Amino acid sequence: MSRSTKKGPYIDFKLARKVVKMGESGKKDPIKTWARACTIPPDFIGFTFLVHDGRKHKKVAITEDMVGHKLGEFAPTRTFRGHTNKKEGIKAR
Amino acid sequence: MPRVVGVDIPNNKRLEYSLTYIFGVGRTTAKKVCAHLGLDPAMQARDMTEEQLTELAHHLEKTYEVEGDLRRATAAAIARLRDIGSYRGLRHRRGLPVRGQRTRTNARGRKGAKKTVAGKKSVKGMKS
Repeated sequence: MSRSTKKGPYIDFKLARKVVKMGESGKKDPIKTWARACTIPPDFIGFTFLVHDGRKHKKVAITEDMVGHKLGEFAPTRTFRGHTNKKEGIKAR
Repeated sequence: MPRVVGVDIPNNKRLEYSLTYIFGVGRTTAKKVCAHLGLDPAMQARDMTEEQLTELAHHLEKTYEVEGDLRRATAAAIARLRDIGSYRGLRHRRGLPVRGQRTRTNARGRKGAKKTVAGKKSVKGMKS
């Protein structure tokens, strides 16, 4: 079920505050974050985030098309490198 | 058989069903269209007058996204998901289910016909 419109989109408050601060200082350094569930509002456009994937932080540059999606959608949490090869007994690639 | 909105040729069936041969028109939309234009849903396409057909085509094109336009819009939406590198786009690229369904079994609609892997245990065997 989708989120109630009454509440509005979920935006991580602390992250939004950091973006505003960054905007004021004029710098555009990547912002490290664990807030994968945070919806991307239009004011995030042009900023770069380092979104946690459970292991490391993946670089995500926000473009206009990404608005409305969540940060986590751009940092996959699983790495699938193919199935085990029975003969060789090692993972492919 | 008359042509409505380009290539579609609804046949000698009740209008409310023959309209569903158009991509983007289901039973709900078909009934709505009939009601809007004051056409009898039980009428068959061959009994329609030239004016009725023109009016129908005009109404469909103006009000709804059908056929080519709809297909293009859908493809564009998927292309967008792919381009922004989102999880959903990734699933589309890989040809796997997009909405979180299981892939251990089933998902045949997306993955295509079964590719048997030698030595792979059956589902029953995997449980223990």
